[in-house]
Amino acid sequence: MMNRWRVLKRLLPLVAGMALLLSACGREDLSTLSPKGPVAQKQFDLMTLSISIMALVVVVVFAICIYVLIRFRRRKGDNTVPKQVEGNHTLEIIWTVVPIILLLILGVPTINTVFGLSKDYSKDPEAVQVTVTSHQYWWEFEYPEYGIKTAQELIVPTGRKIQFKLASGDVTHAFWIPSIGGKIDTNAGLGTTNKLYLEFPNEGVFRGKCAELCGPSHALMDFKAKAVNQASFDRWVAAMKTPVSMPADENVKAAFESKCLTCHAIGETNAGSAAPNLTGVGSRLTVGGILYNDEKSAEENLKDWIAHAQTIKPGNQMPDVGTDVKYGPGKGTTATGLTEEELDGIAKYLAGQKLEY
Amino acid sequence: MSAHDHHLDGHLPHEPEKATLEGRNKILGFWLFLGAETVLFGTLFAAFIALRHQTLDGPTPDHLFELPMVFAATMILLVSSLASVFAVQALHQHKVKAMIVWLIITILLGLSFLGLEIYEFNTYVSEGHKLTTSAFSSSFYTLVGFHGAHVAFGVLWIGLLIAQIFKKGLTVVTAPKIYVSAIYWHFIDVVWVFIFTVVYLMGKVG
Amino acid sequence: MAAHAHTVKRYRGLMDWLTTVDHKKIGILYLIAGGLFFLVGGLEAVLIRIQLIKPMNDFVGADTFNQLITMHGTTMIFLAAMPMLFALMNAVIPLQIGARDVAFPFLNSLGFWTFFAGGVLLNISWFAGDIPDAGWTSYVPLAGPMYAGGHGVDYYLMGLQIAGIGTLLGGINFMATIINMRAPGMSFMRMPMFTWTIFITSALIVFAFPVLTVGLVALTFDRLFQANFFETGNGGNAVLWEHIFWVFGHPEVYILILPAFGVISEVVSTFSRKRLFGYSSMVFATVLIAFLGFMVWAHHMFTTGLGPVANGLFSIATMLIAVPTGVKIFNWLFTLWGGSISFTSASLFAIGFIPTFVMGGVTGVMLAVAPADFQYHDTYFVVAHFHYVIVGGLIFGIFSGLHYWWPKMFGRVLNEKLGKATFWTFFIGFHMTFFIQHFLGLIGMPRRVWTYLPGQGFDTMNAVSTVGAFLMGIGTIIFVVNVIVSAANKKPVADDPWEDGRSLEWSIPSPPPEYNFKQLPLVRSYDAWWNEKQKGNTEMPPAEPVGPIHMPSPSILPLIMSIGLFAAALGFMYDHLIIAIAGLVVTFGSMFCRSVFDDHGFHIEPEEQEKGVHA
Repeated sequence: MMNRWRVLKRLLPLVAGMALLLSACGREDLSTLSPKGPVAQKQFDLMTLSISIMALVVVVVFAICIYVLIRFRRRKGDNTVPKQVEGNHTLEIIWTVVPIILLLILGVPTINTVFGLSKDYSKDPEAVQVTVTSHQYWWEFEYPEYGIKTAQELIVPTGRKIQFKLASGDVTHAFWIPSIGGKIDTNAGLGTTNKLYLEFPNEGVFRGKCAELCGPSHALMDFKAKAVNQASFDRWVAAMKTPVSMPADENVKAAFESKCLTCHAIGETNAGSAAPNLTGVGSRLTVGGILYNDEKSAEENLKDWIAHAQTIKPGNQMPDVGTDVKYGPGKGTTATGLTEEELDGIAKYLAGQKLEY
Repeated sequence: MSAHDHHLDGHLPHEPEKATLEGRNKILGFWLFLGAETVLFGTLFAAFIALRHQTLDGPTPDHLFELPMVFAATMILLVSSLASVFAVQALHQHKVKAMIVWLIITILLGLSFLGLEIYEFNTYVSEGHKLTTSAFSSSFYTLVGFHGAHVAFGVLWIGLLIAQIFKKGLTVVTAPKIYVSAIYWHFIDVVWVFIFTVVYLMGKVG
Repeated sequence: MAAHAHTVKRYRGLMDWLTTVDHKKIGILYLIAGGLFFLVGGLEAVLIRIQLIKPMNDFVGADTFNQLITMHGTTMIFLAAMPMLFALMNAVIPLQIGARDVAFPFLNSLGFWTFFAGGVLLNISWFAGDIPDAGWTSYVPLAGPMYAGGHGVDYYLMGLQIAGIGTLLGGINFMATIINMRAPGMSFMRMPMFTWTIFITSALIVFAFPVLTVGLVALTFDRLFQANFFETGNGGNAVLWEHIFWVFGHPEVYILILPAFGVISEVVSTFSRKRLFGYSSMVFATVLIAFLGFMVWAHHMFTTGLGPVANGLFSIATMLIAVPTGVKIFNWLFTLWGGSISFTSASLFAIGFIPTFVMGGVTGVMLAVAPADFQYHDTYFVVAHFHYVIVGGLIFGIFSGLHYWWPKMFGRVLNEKLGKATFWTFFIGFHMTFFIQHFLGLIGMPRRVWTYLPGQGFDTMNAVSTVGAFLMGIGTIIFVVNVIVSAANKKPVADDPWEDGRSLEWSIPSPPPEYNFKQLPLVRSYDAWWNEKQKGNTEMPPAEPVGPIHMPSPSILPLIMSIGLFAAALGFMYDHLIIAIAGLVVTFGSMFCRSVFDDHGFHIEPEEQEKGVHA
């Protein structure tokens, strides 16, 4: 037994080294291997523990396997019959008991973490409450304490528990911010609302994804989680509640109200939650969760999105007249039935919807 | 494949259903099939239990079910199971006529059970309790309907076997068929006892 | 065709194959059909990998991609893996237990034809243009009537329902066969390991498939008759589907892998010339794995939100499965230990299986750690894990078994050079494709994504994975070439071509005559044939005198019944009630005929046996 432990001790740093090497892989704001919050950290610790134990098992099996294959390969012309062994009780007990011990080492912290991570902070006044509703290919975030709603970009203060209540508006999705913590499904229907808490100790932007197949654009159902300090968060809440002015140009205003606000909401003009809330859309990092505003300007991205929504995210709810996109250089109207001028005006207006926080 | 055909002519053994390997295979295979059927009904029960409170605007079980009629149906099915026990006893004593009489009683009782069930479903539909009404109604009709379909199949099957006995007599080929149909019939009966308890009695209690 | 006790029409050529009730021929039918579906599923896999070779690729659209993953998963599990297992079961089990056929030859044929009808039905969706696209798990509401209009998911439901009938019949049949048809002297603890695993797998089929049946019925009712099982707006429950699916789905995983364990046990033992190490603990481990397999389904649902108590319990229960599985691994290694290992294609696949399956197994334990699974779940880590167990486990096992039993099934030995080429390309391609996918998952790539944005660190690994998939494709093609080449080779094969055969199938001609054993053998020990050879015997001691052998008659009814079900399913889907009813009438009418007209079969007389009636 002593020998076994010595081997284990010698192997552990090796395995830890491998884990370190691996943690260099992947984007800092996306990878589960670079945890950026205590929840992801606890999960990462369990991952490391289980990988270490399992690497040990793999090494032992591989070693025996390779030894056996080399040592006991049949030589040419060898016609001897090896000794027929029925079994060996000592050996069989060893390879039953040792795995059980390994599983105990893994099982105890597993149970601890299962219960630890399922804590509910819904009643905790220190925690920020967020209601998440998933829709076919976008995320809605509601802050019931502040009476505000936003979409695609989750804004949270650092250093506080964020308690999520999650459900779906249509099919099952899964809410996942890999570097902050593991995922949870968003189910539709009564009695299947889920709870999850996360913590964001540091400021930064973290990538979120949908992890459950939800239709054609499942792959593109990304969102961002932006952690800001408490003062900034308070300014953001205040800015979200500031009244929003409509487009100055009468034609653009008319088109915006009749074509966009039938589903979307902006500021106080809340038409419901059939589509993402547009308040402050110009200051978001992306348009539609996947068009990055640092690669192209927000105005360009918005124009692309409004014109080609179905090409960019197939099967989403933005209206489209068909796959033979009628929009293009020189064409009169876009897929949503806007004229070129209206499109430009709306994109410009929305890009100007910036929040100071 | 080694059928011991010598039983075919003349003397039938005491348990003709188990006289040949084919017969023993048939009985074993049928028990296994009933194992699968148990899981099938178990899952239907599980779905029903999960959904039984989701009545929406439709009638509630408490409002809907009329226990006297369901109790009568239960008794009919229990008695039919008893009749099928007598049929198998007659089979073992090689009393072909008695066996046929008991089998006919079995299917007549089965038919009356089906009649009551059809009447019951009709009443429910007229009270606004359709397959599409709620999750409760969907799981109710699926569970009870699956059982009803099993009864209907059993009636047809045993009817066909009676005809075969008339034509071929009681042999080591026909005996196992009678025997497994009897096991099937008892199985249906047991399932009904659970339906009576889980669906109707628990539905009344709420 | 000599004089028979009863005159039975015996067919030749195509009609022979359509009407056969001989387990050996049905095994070949399963192999051909399963092999074809394996090629279709493999083609789908390659298309999936081509789409993912680079970010924002537009090789296929989002809709097509979801159809491809759905059909790939469904095809591979239900129409390729299971039938190829049934092929081996049919070809080998009656021979291993010293029986002349299965308990229910007619049902055996019916099982094949219903599976085939279901498989064809599922795949004609490609031509109907209405293709299932909600994943092989078909989670609702995505697969429900509101979000999956059209008939795509209906094809999935009807196809699996019909194929499922075949599988259930097979399970019952093989359980009854193994219980009732063993040769004199073959006690349960003398059965070869492959027979044991098939016995347990059959039990799993009998107790798991009806759950799927109910799930499919419920979803069919929701879709075709507006029922509300899973309609969340009308009180239905979407999580209920997940439970039903996985209560079936997890045992299904063991239905797939246990027979592979059996194949590996046989092959490892034969090619190391050693008795299987720890036979009784192997049997016990198999039973235990099957038993635990029914209590771990919710580990597929850790993120569904079942709460910490359920997650904790299912975590621990899942980890426990590692113990009996570990017992098996070490027993194989110690069977090899001290043996005389020859590296044939069959044994290469078996030896490749051991480390590969261990890797799939350890990631399984990692997935069992519920909090960590919150990170792994629905990512490429899971994709890597289940391909390690299903391809690295099951498919390696099937390849190993096919190379091993090919001479017994077809009377031809597969070419060793091509066999080894198959192994190395497939083995390297496999690890290249899937090892790297673990890391893709860990760095944040969800599964079932039709494309991915650039700049997330996914690009290189996906490209490597795709290249690996092509290697696997090449390996498969080499195998097909091998089959064709070996078919052209007319050299007859010895009864015991590996010379180290241990179980009864190697004591009779390759391929065996249609009655398998002229005289049923008397089994005097485990590894019966090996022990007789060690005593210097050249054949098994007989348990009965030579005499006429009774055989069941061929029948076309199974095919007709399956066509009836096929037509009925299409009728229900497209609202043509007349076709639906006509199909059911055909099926039940055939059942009626089968019940009314007794099958007396026919006898093969001793003088005809001398001539050697080959299957």
